[in-house]
Amino acid sequence: MSAGVAAALVLPAAGAGAILALGRWPNAREAATLATAGGLFAVVASLLPAVLAGARPELVVLEMLPGIPLAFRVEPLGMLFALVASGLWIVNSIYSIGYMRANGEAHQTRFYCFFALSLAATMGIAFAANLATLFLFYELLTLATYPLVTHHGTPEARAGGRVYLWILLGTSIMLLLLAVAVTWFQAGTLEFRAGGILGGRVGSAATGGLLALYVFGIGKAALMPVHRWLPAAMVAPTPVSALLHAVAVVKAGVFTVVKVIVYVFGVEATAGLRSVDWLPTVAGFTIVAASVVALAADNLKRRLAYSTVSQLAYVVLAASLLAPVSLVGAALHIAAHAVGKITLFFAAGAIYTAAHKTLVSELDGIGRRMPWTMAAFAVGALSMIGLPPTAGFVSKWFILSGAAATQHWVAVTVIAASTLLNAGYFLPVVYRAFFRAPPGGEHAHGEAPLPMVAALAITAALTVALFFHADVPLALARQLVAPH
Amino acid sequence: MPLVAAPLVVLLRSGRAGWLIAAGVSVASLAGALALAARVRAEGVLSYALGSWQPPYGIEYRIDAVNAFVLVLVGLVAAVVVPFGRPAVAAEVAAERRYLFYAMLCLALAGLNGIAITGDAFNLFVFLEISSLSSYVLIALGRDRRALVASFQYLIMGTIGATFIVIGVGLLYLQTGTLNMADIAARLEAPGAARATLAALAFLTVGICLKLALFPLHMWLPNAYTYAPSVVTAFLAATATKVSVYVLLRFWFTIFGANLVFERLPMPDIFLALSVLAMFVASGIAVYQRNLKRMLAYSSVGQIGYMTLGISLDNVPGLTGSVVHLFNHGVTKGAMFLFAGAIAMAAGTVDLDRLGGLAKRMPLTCAGLVIGGFSLIGVPATAGFVTKWYLVLAGLEKGSLLLAALPAASSLVAIAYVWRFVEAAYMREAHPDLAGVKEGFAAPLVGGWILIAICLYVGIDSTWTVEAARRAAAQLLFGAPQ
Repeated sequence: MSAGVAAALVLPAAGAGAILALGRWPNAREAATLATAGGLFAVVASLLPAVLAGARPELVVLEMLPGIPLAFRVEPLGMLFALVASGLWIVNSIYSIGYMRANGEAHQTRFYCFFALSLAATMGIAFAANLATLFLFYELLTLATYPLVTHHGTPEARAGGRVYLWILLGTSIMLLLLAVAVTWFQAGTLEFRAGGILGGRVGSAATGGLLALYVFGIGKAALMPVHRWLPAAMVAPTPVSALLHAVAVVKAGVFTVVKVIVYVFGVEATAGLRSVDWLPTVAGFTIVAASVVALAADNLKRRLAYSTVSQLAYVVLAASLLAPVSLVGAALHIAAHAVGKITLFFAAGAIYTAAHKTLVSELDGIGRRMPWTMAAFAVGALSMIGLPPTAGFVSKWFILSGAAATQHWVAVTVIAASTLLNAGYFLPVVYRAFFRAPPGGEHAHGEAPLPMVAALAITAALTVALFFHADVPLALARQLVAPH
Repeated sequence: MPLVAAPLVVLLRSGRAGWLIAAGVSVASLAGALALAARVRAEGVLSYALGSWQPPYGIEYRIDAVNAFVLVLVGLVAAVVVPFGRPAVAAEVAAERRYLFYAMLCLALAGLNGIAITGDAFNLFVFLEISSLSSYVLIALGRDRRALVASFQYLIMGTIGATFIVIGVGLLYLQTGTLNMADIAARLEAPGAARATLAALAFLTVGICLKLALFPLHMWLPNAYTYAPSVVTAFLAATATKVSVYVLLRFWFTIFGANLVFERLPMPDIFLALSVLAMFVASGIAVYQRNLKRMLAYSSVGQIGYMTLGISLDNVPGLTGSVVHLFNHGVTKGAMFLFAGAIAMAAGTVDLDRLGGLAKRMPLTCAGLVIGGFSLIGVPATAGFVTKWYLVLAGLEKGSLLLAALPAASSLVAIAYVWRFVEAAYMREAHPDLAGVKEGFAAPLVGGWILIAICLYVGIDSTWTVEAARRAAAQLLFGAPQ
C-alpha cells in the first residue's frame, strides 16, 4: 500500500528526469511524458479500491522537524483530488503535444519537465498527512509552476509571473505559515485527524481569526481579494492554464481549504460558532463579483479565469456551510469543475491554434469551422452553469441542498444569481459561434490538430459521463463526511 | 594545528604546498570538531587545562553543546571552501602571494576555532585578534584595488570593536580578579550588578556587535565581502560573523546571565528593534544592489538580524532558531558566495545588469544560487525554513502575533532580491559579453553544491541540527542541555 503512495510521489519526479534526459529526441520525450502520466494514473487508481474499502494507506518518510514528520496518508478527499489531477494529466499531455508543436513553442523540454514536477508536487499535496507536509508541497507547486507561467519570457510573461509569485508566496508565507505555526502552538500536532485537532483549544474569536489566516493564506483558492494571480497566470501557454490553473493548482487551493476545515477545525467543533459566519459571505461575494468581471471580459482566457475564481468560491462556500451534504457538494465540485473547465480551456487553446483568435467578439460563426471544438465548449459551459446532463449539475445540486438544509438563504440567493450570471457570460459565446454569420474575408481554417480535438472531446465526454456515473466521486465524498 | 600549520606554509613559500596543508588542516579540523561534538553529547561539558595549569589560573578550553556546534560549522565550511577553492584562489590572488594567502587562511581558521573553544575571556580576545588580523590581510589580497580600502575600513571598525572588547574584559578582570569565564560568572553573581559590571557589559556588547555586523554597525561588511577574493568571502561570511554571534551568546548568557541582560536592562527591546531594522532595512538595501556579491553581503546583514532577533526573544524556540541559523545561514551563504565567485571568474563580472541570460551558460551555478536563494527566503525543504519556523514559534511563545509575523514578512524582502537574480539570469536576453562564457572551474562548483546539498538535507531532515541547537539553547538558558 505505502509502496503505491511512494510510487505516486516518485514517478512524476522521475518522469521529469527522464524528460530532461530525452530532451534531444522530441518523440521519445513526449513518450516519456505520456508514459509517466499513464503510469501515475494507474498507480493512483490502484489505491482506489482499498480507500473505498476504508483503508488509509500511509507512508512516513522521516522527521522534518522534531515532532513533525514528512508523512503521507491517503484519505477520500485526497484520493479524489489525485484521481482527477492524474487522470486529466494524461488527456492534457495529449493536448500539449498538439498545442506546443502546432504553435512552435520554444523550450519544450523545460516545459514538460516542470509540468511533471508540478504533478509531483500536486500528489504531495493530495496525500499529505499533516499541515507541514502539505505546506512543503504547496510551496513547491508554486515554484514548479512559475517557470511555466513565465514560459514565453516576454515582458508580459515576466510581469504576470511577478504577480503570480508575489501573491502566492506572499500569502502563504505571511498568513498560511503563521496559521500553521499557531495551530502547532495551540494543538501540539499538525496531523490531519477526523474531527479536527483544534477542538476546544482555541476560543471562538481566535477560531475566526485563525480561519481567516488559513483561507486568505491559501492564495491558491483565489478567494477575493487574493485572486489576482489567477488572471495574471493566463500569460502561460494554454495547456498550463488548462491543467494547472483550472485543475491542479487551484484545486490544490480549495482542496486545502476543505481539508483544513474538515481535519483541522473539525466540522462539528466549528459549526455554530458565530466567529466563522463571515466566510460564506466572503465566498458568496467572490462568486458574484468574479462573475460580473467575467461578464465584462472580452479576452476568452480572462473570462475563463474569472469564471474559475467564481467556481472555486463555490467550493469554499460549500465547505463553509459546515453541513455534511454541502461538504459532499464541495468534494464533487472539485471533480466536476475540473473536467468542465479543462474542456473550456482546451477549446480556447484550440481556437487560438487554429484561428489565432483570443477575443470573444471575434468568435462569430466559428462553430461552423470548428464544430467539435465548439460543441465541447458548449458542454463545458452547461457544466459551469450547472445544467443537466453535465457534472456541474450534480455538485451544484448538493451545494444547494446544503444551503437549503442549513437555511442559509444568502447562499441560496448567491447560487441562483450566479447561475444566471454564468449563463450570461457563457451562452453568448456559444450563440456567437453557432448562430452568427462569420465575418467575410477570413482565411480558411478547420479544426485544430487531431491530438487537441481528441483531448477536448474526451474531457467533454467525461463531463457528461460524470453526470450519469458519479458513483466513485460520490462514494469518496460520502466517506469524507462520515469517515467511520 | 592550523596555528602550527601557518608558519609552515610561510616557510614552504609555495602556493601548492600551502593549499595542500590548508586543505588538510581544514578537513582535520572538521574531523576534530565532529569528534568533540560526539564526546560532548556523550559525556557533557569537556574541559582541557592548557599546559596542565588548572583553571581558574591557567587557560581552560571548555567545550559544551554550544561551542561544539559552532566548531562543527567552522570546520565544515573550512573543509568545503578551502579544498575546493583552489582555482578561485589561483584566479584571484597573485602567484607570489599565494603562500601567504594560505598561511593567513590557516591563521583565520585557528583564530575562529580558538574563539569557539576557549573558556578564558582574555584568551578569547587574543584569538579574536588572530582571526581578525588575518582576515584583514585576506581581504586586502583581493585583485581589485578597492579591496585595500575595504580592508582598511574593516581594520578600523574591527580594531574599535576589539578595543571595546578588551576594555570590557579588563573591567571584568578588575572586578573579579579572574579571566576564566565560568569563574567570572560565579563571582559576578554575588555582588549583583555593580556599575562596573554594567560598563563591562556595554563595552563588550558594542564591541562584539561591531564584529558580528549588527545593523547599524555593519558598515564594514558590504565592502569587505564585495571586494575580497571569493574564497575569503565564502569562508568569512559563513564563519566569522557566526562565531561573533557565539561570543555574544557566551558573554550574555554564560557570564552575565540572562537575568541581568534581559530582565534588568532594556537589552531585549534594543536588540529587537535593531534586529527588525536589520531584517527590513538591510534586506531592503540588498534589493537595490546591482552587484551580486554586494547584494549577498547586505542579505547577510539582514540574516544576522534573524539571529539577533532569536536572541532578543530569550526563549527556547528563539535561541534554537538563532543557533540553528548560525549553521543554516553559514552553509547557505558559503555556497552562494562560492557560486558568485565562480561567476566572477567565468564572466568577469558580478554586475546583475551584465548577467542577462547567464543561466544558459552556467546552468549548474545559477541553479545552485537559486536554491541558496530559496533558503534565504525560507522556502520549506531548505535550511532557511527551519530557522523561520522556530523564530515564528518564538514570537508566538512571547504571545505576540506581530512578533511571529515579522520573520515571515522579512522573507518577502528576500524574495525581492533573490528574484532580481532569477529574472536577470533566466529571463533577460543574453548579454553580448557573456558569449564565450562557459561553466568552467569545476572545483568551486562542486564545493558549492556540497554545501547546497547539506542545506537541502537539513531543510528536510532537520532533526540533527535542531536537536543540537536545542541542546545549545538549553545549555545557554538553563546551564545544562536538556
